Amino acid sequence: MSTSTDLDRSSGTTGDSGTGRRGGAGQRPRRRVTPGRVVLYVALVVVSLAWLFPVLWAVMTSFRSYEFTAVNGYVSWGGFTLDNYVDAWTGGNFARYFLNTLIITVPAVLATLALASMAAFVLARFSWKLNIAMLIFFTAANLLPQQALLVPLYRFYLYVGLYDTYWAVIITHIAFQMGFCTFVLSNYMKTLPKELGEAAFVDGAGVWRQYWQVVLPLCRPPLAALATLQVTWVYNDFFWAVAFLSTGDKFPVTSALQNLRGQFFIDYNLVSAGSVIVAIPTLVVFFALQRHFVSGLTLGANKG
Amino acid sequence: MATTTAPPRPRKGRGLQLLTRRDKTVLTLMVGLPALLVGAVVWVPVVLTVVLSFTSWNGIGLPAASDWVGTQNFVDITTNYPPFWIAIRNNALWLVVFFLIATPLGMLMAVLLDRELKGSWFYRSALYMPVVLSLALAGFIWQLIYSRDQGLLNRVLGLESADRIDWYGDPDINIWAVLVIASWRHVGYIMLLYLAGLKSVDPALKEAASVDGASEVRTFFSVVFPTMAPINVVVLVITVIESLRAFDLVWVINGGRNGLEVIGALILSNIAGEASLVGFGSALATILILVSLVFIVIYMVNILREEKR
Repeated sequence: MSTSTDLDRSSGTTGDSGTGRRGGAGQRPRRRVTPGRVVLYVALVVVSLAWLFPVLWAVMTSFRSYEFTAVNGYVSWGGFTLDNYVDAWTGGNFARYFLNTLIITVPAVLATLALASMAAFVLARFSWKLNIAMLIFFTAANLLPQQALLVPLYRFYLYVGLYDTYWAVIITHIAFQMGFCTFVLSNYMKTLPKELGEAAFVDGAGVWRQYWQVVLPLCRPPLAALATLQVTWVYNDFFWAVAFLSTGDKFPVTSALQNLRGQFFIDYNLVSAGSVIVAIPTLVVFFALQRHFVSGLTLGANKG
Repeated sequence: MATTTAPPRPRKGRGLQLLTRRDKTVLTLMVGLPALLVGAVVWVPVVLTVVLSFTSWNGIGLPAASDWVGTQNFVDITTNYPPFWIAIRNNALWLVVFFLIATPLGMLMAVLLDRELKGSWFYRSALYMPVVLSLALAGFIWQLIYSRDQGLLNRVLGLESADRIDWYGDPDINIWAVLVIASWRHVGYIMLLYLAGLKSVDPALKEAASVDGASEVRTFFSVVFPTMAPINVVVLVITVIESLRAFDLVWVINGGRNGLEVIGALILSNIAGEASLVGFGSALATILILVSLVFIVIYMVNILREEKR
């Protein structure tokens, strides 16, 4: 598989709408409606709806009052209200938790991309003895299960006083996600013509200027893809937050959902409203930046 | 590996000999800082985990020579710690269900959606929407379906209150309920990877096979599937790693107890809280590391093979 077209292929073809696939080359004749095709479409629609159903059910439950569903059951119609959202937002202290998520996600993603792009630049654009060893060093780190590093990190953060601070979570995210980003970025940088660097080199530009002014601006597509993906991953993280934070109001929003579960009884309508609130940012990212999201995911795999 | 790096290859840009000292320093920093961080936060802890697994350190003070117990933790885990075998069974079930159901289903959906179909955007989005939701959130959303008294599933099954099933609570069935959720999320991920893989298969290859009269199923298995070998390895590794990482779902449901034991959750419950069995928890983590390393090596070999092309 040649490397030069990996990004175009994956970003252009899988992410966006079904139109214009295969670059419009060779329009096939319209197929006739056969029984097989009808079965195919019915199966696809059924599977798609089944996949959407749990989320749609949560959305529907979130808009209904507890009093109504307690009497009529959930398989019923009526009792629509927005109160669950108001109660979840205030009762669940979501403003605070979203702020925590922001405090963790923004520096983690920015630092990961900055450091990974530097490492990738060196690995992709210069040949030296340790190229492949370093690539393995970075990439394999991201494949380990998080639990593999949990024990010493947990003791270490406790020991140096970083336990129960945002720093512990942010630093761990940066180090753990770096491998994937370095891998993707270095593959992309290898596809850029090497004359680019040569020209700058002849002009007397140092390596830092080559990185910052020549290579990095050309890496906008993979950086956008990775940023989308990393924001989603860090936002969705549950493990590191649960492992390294203990004070209730430091938790990011994904792990704060627990607070809506009462000690002895669960108001499912309230919990669904909370779930929808937590899901909205990732769903917005998903629908608005689907192309980036998909190309990010497949970028790592396509070349691997 | 060593042989590929020795001669400076023209494809890869310059060697280092033409650079000024300042440039060399800058380059060293650019790769050195990230490497230092990954080394300190990922690789050193991995090595320490393995070392700690041979101790009985309880987290008080620093580990001392007297804490060394050899392989005692591993003996205890396998002979005297029932949750371990339940966890092994659950992680294995996770893997088997992913391999036999979720991964093939994802592949099938990719093959179906790889053609020009009306509304394929809709089918694709529906299938991979769960991928963007966190597993913890998925646990909450599915609670509305699985809850014993208020859940949709018992209602649809029409069970009276006495024989209602506690899908999350019954230790004999909750792992299956959880695996449905995990698969719900895994299918979209695999579909995505295969869709990308299928795009890179030369359409002429498929055309040629169909001209030769091969059925679509046959074309897929004997022509398309083998050419996707790199993607197949990625999918294999991702499937294994995802099943080893299993944690979020069981942790939000009940903290990984009562039928939902998985290795990942046992590690955290052993080292945190009052017990603080650091050595014991590390031994559990070491077992996890050993299993993952096998697949990480497979993945790396695959990358290196691609690299040489």
